[in-house]
Amino acid sequence: MKFAKLLMTTAIGTVAVLGFGIGTAAAKGKVNLYCSAQEDWCQLMAKGFEKESGITVNMTRRSSGETFAKIKAEAKNPKGDVWWGGTGDPHLQAAEEGLSTPYASPNQANLQGWAVAQSDSAGGNTIGIYSGALGYGYNEDVLKKNNLPVPACWKDLLKPEYKGHVQMANPNSSGTAYTTLATMVQLFGEDAGFEFMKGLHKNINQYTKSGSAPIKAAARGENTIGIVFIHDAVKQAVKGFPIKSVAPCEGTGYEIGSMSLIKGARNLDEAKKFYDWALQADTQSRALEVSAFQVPSNKSAEVSPKAPKLESIKLIKYDFVKYGSSAERKRLLKKWDDEVKSLPK
Amino acid sequence: MNRTVLLWLAIGWVGFMILPWYVIEDGFWGLQWLWDGYPFDSDYGPAWAHWLEGDKAWLAPVPLFLGLPLLTRGLLKSDANYSKILIFSGLGGLGYMVAQGFTVGISGWESTIFEALFGPTEIRQYGLGYGAMLVAAAFLFFLTQGIAARGAINGDVFVVSSIGFIIAIVGAFIFFPVLQILVSALQDNNGAYSLGVFFTKLSDRKIWGLDCLFTTVDCGAAWNSLFLAIIVGASTTALGLVFALVATRSGFKYRKVLRALTILPIITPPFVIGLSIILLFGLSGVVTQFFAEVFGVQATRWVYGLPGIWIAQMLAYTPIAFLVMIGVVEGISPSMEEAAQTLRADRWKTFTTVSLPLMRPGLANAFLIGFIESMADFGNPLVLGGNFDVLSTEIFFAIVGAQNDQGMAAVLAFVLLCFTLSAFYAQRRWLGRKSYTTVTGKGDSGTHALLPNRLRWPVYTVAFSWTGFTIVVYCMILFGGFVKTWGLDHTFTLQHYITAFSVTWGSEGLQWTGSAWNSFWTTISIATISAPLTAAVGLLTAYILVRQTFAGKDLFEFGTMLSFAIPGTVIGVSYILAFNVPPIELTGTGAILVLCFVFRNMPVGVRAGVAAMSQLDKSLDEASLTLGANSWYTCRKVVLPLLRPAIIAALVYSFVRAMTAISAVIFLVSAEYDMATSYIIGRVENNDYGLAIAYCTVLIFVMLASVLVFQGLVGERKIGRREPEKTDAPAQEQAA
Repeated sequence: MKFAKLLMTTAIGTVAVLGFGIGTAAAKGKVNLYCSAQEDWCQLMAKGFEKESGITVNMTRRSSGETFAKIKAEAKNPKGDVWWGGTGDPHLQAAEEGLSTPYASPNQANLQGWAVAQSDSAGGNTIGIYSGALGYGYNEDVLKKNNLPVPACWKDLLKPEYKGHVQMANPNSSGTAYTTLATMVQLFGEDAGFEFMKGLHKNINQYTKSGSAPIKAAARGENTIGIVFIHDAVKQAVKGFPIKSVAPCEGTGYEIGSMSLIKGARNLDEAKKFYDWALQADTQSRALEVSAFQVPSNKSAEVSPKAPKLESIKLIKYDFVKYGSSAERKRLLKKWDDEVKSLPK
Repeated sequence: MNRTVLLWLAIGWVGFMILPWYVIEDGFWGLQWLWDGYPFDSDYGPAWAHWLEGDKAWLAPVPLFLGLPLLTRGLLKSDANYSKILIFSGLGGLGYMVAQGFTVGISGWESTIFEALFGPTEIRQYGLGYGAMLVAAAFLFFLTQGIAARGAINGDVFVVSSIGFIIAIVGAFIFFPVLQILVSALQDNNGAYSLGVFFTKLSDRKIWGLDCLFTTVDCGAAWNSLFLAIIVGASTTALGLVFALVATRSGFKYRKVLRALTILPIITPPFVIGLSIILLFGLSGVVTQFFAEVFGVQATRWVYGLPGIWIAQMLAYTPIAFLVMIGVVEGISPSMEEAAQTLRADRWKTFTTVSLPLMRPGLANAFLIGFIESMADFGNPLVLGGNFDVLSTEIFFAIVGAQNDQGMAAVLAFVLLCFTLSAFYAQRRWLGRKSYTTVTGKGDSGTHALLPNRLRWPVYTVAFSWTGFTIVVYCMILFGGFVKTWGLDHTFTLQHYITAFSVTWGSEGLQWTGSAWNSFWTTISIATISAPLTAAVGLLTAYILVRQTFAGKDLFEFGTMLSFAIPGTVIGVSYILAFNVPPIELTGTGAILVLCFVFRNMPVGVRAGVAAMSQLDKSLDEASLTLGANSWYTCRKVVLPLLRPAIIAALVYSFVRAMTAISAVIFLVSAEYDMATSYIIGRVENNDYGLAIAYCTVLIFVMLASVLVFQGLVGERKIGRREPEKTDAPAQEQAA
């Protein structure tokens, strides 16, 4: 029974500690941050802001899709104040459904053109904080072992020798894969774009659920080529996996990681302070501490030498307004399901 | 006046007069409300203060209903008015509170009808707090007391209030939220209701396609899920039975060790098993590469899809099948087997015609749990699924994915629900109305027959090879926590443990500097609080189901199974939809996590309890009742001690699930109440397996310790059986 007492004491002790934690919230106010970037980057943002402003940050990290679902479910009685990070589409979706609220930050003047364009396209409801180009990465060792040529273009991936060697996520579940689909449609035109997806389908060994899964599988030698955002591939290479990233020769699309203020936020003033702070150059430069290789939206923020250079990549003119709208998205996804996914391999 | 009525009356009035009626934003237990303007502050006041201040006039009728039971003074229980008054007070009070709670919300009228009738209003109301909770509980008790007084279930107050209590909580925390989301199956994109939308979505090829039988196109998620669930249910039941037989009916020396090893995988944190299976059997996995080299064939991605999920789910769910089976296998009366042997049946015949049929409740319940668990499992298909789509992951990505289609998720959930409920129904049919009673009050001191020879060696082989496999998988996991990057750089490091669980001794005393401590303590306390609650609610339900008969019992049983059959994602989102707004406002608290776990895991307690209890002869209860004990006393002193294996199963299972559940938890965690799994997912998404594994390893040890604690607390069931082969050597010596 000693165990029992010990257990009870611990339980009561922890409950008491938790209770106290609630009672002693800082006097300078608090902000509820929903974060959709990688865990360590979220921690960095939360702790960094807390240290500089004295405002308590309650940070919860979820993927951008999960966060969007949560904000939507909470719409009647919002519990979050500001949503930072994650790919732009769900942010645009939130703006479209009236789940976020417009704000013009004084720091907007220092931002890259694409970041401001993102804000304009959503009526000021969201703003770009980083961006990353789409591409793919391959595992050098596996490629060599299978005597495969090094790919350099999108069209290379259609070659029959890559059959069973390419992986991408399912656009129904992953924003990355939806960006891929929309990129092909914009790059080659809708018909040729879908022809490309059909050809690619023959070589795909698996449509994963999560967007970055293909490159993680490639890193562990479970797959050869993964279609992902280039910065995700760079990250695996920096970790030491034999991954090389490719910016396809035809040109490619990109994502804009975004930030939105949640409509009905209870701590709007603090949320705005966070919003301004997140757009500062020195805040954005700190992304390098957690090896996040996206391109920052502040013009004067530091860019890692390892990061893929947006200037050297042929970027298409990606129409975020059109391809971010839910009607167009539903149409393309349905077409992909009917015409591509249902084909035999 | 009846003393229990008086007690509940007092509780109800405390709720009305003293405790704050509405929920307190900074937390009740902080007790800050006590010196912050109580009782007249509009945020903290008890109901009467709100009413006096006139801002919340709708609370006025509550004391009327709460006063009614005073009229029963001097009335006898058998008096018709006695029950009428109580029923009227309870039903009226509860009904009024519910109706009122849904009428006025956080931003005025909840329904447009009222807005049209009375115009827009400035009044607001927040979630109900402890005061309202006590009052509601009192009303509920008056209602059940009244029903019991009318003679329902022989006027047994304990049983009637238990049924009422369970119906109330199942209604509030299962039916109410789940309905919120299932309704969206009938809504189109603009929120208009239409049956057409439902049927279009329901007939989708992604759900029902059967192309994989003839072509290389993938089959629909429904068929995949169904097939997977059947084979997982069957194989975990078979393995569970094998281990239960080894543990109880073999002369094997180290069967206690084996027993401990068997339940090890129950405490497997998500994703990690999947990764170790990939490292063993994946394209570049050790085993795959070995066979490819030996036989000179090209290595394939064979493990992705059905085989991988099957292996992982068998690892994960065999323990729970074992826990259900062991209680039943132990409980079978040896005298029946001995009787068969006396009648010259050999061991094989005894086993197949006596022991095995008596194990049916165990087999059926173990299969059902395996089936449902497999259907609802999310982590394993996510990691190992390949192109084998199953319902649970499809549901998750219908909600959080790029398609963002809550209606589709609801339709898929509906399909999943149909499957699990059919399995439930089939299980009932198979068990039929036969009696499986083997534990009676009569002298029963035989010993279990050992396994027949032709069964013994196959059983041993299966048990040992599976145990061996489990050990390999676990060693790999342990290893992964101590190397720099698992699968890439295998230099020894303690860095992962230091990052997650470092403790420093600074000027301010002990500092929990590791990044995992916060979620670790939350997880432990939530699990510790929810485990006993789960076991209590589950076993109480089981007791009612097995021992009592009442109208609507089947429906009642169905309701208690519902939450288990619904995938975690749906529960998670439906809990936000239902409990983010008044009258019950719980999001962002620890309570919503506890409630979620209690109601998700309660069915396991129910199943384990039903399986064990159907073995107990009713004459045991009757003997106790005849001797003047009431049903509460009987339950406590006779039934519960005989249910110890079921109690342990329920406690262990719910504790462990609180630590390992993923899909529901993702939506319910908040900054203050972060759980271990959400921390782990964050690391796994970042391909940071070392840290995830280090955390899991610590969790595994915590869970192991907790299993031991639970076993120590609950104790073993003692059925009068003689010890096998006890020699009376000393006595003989003395005689000599």
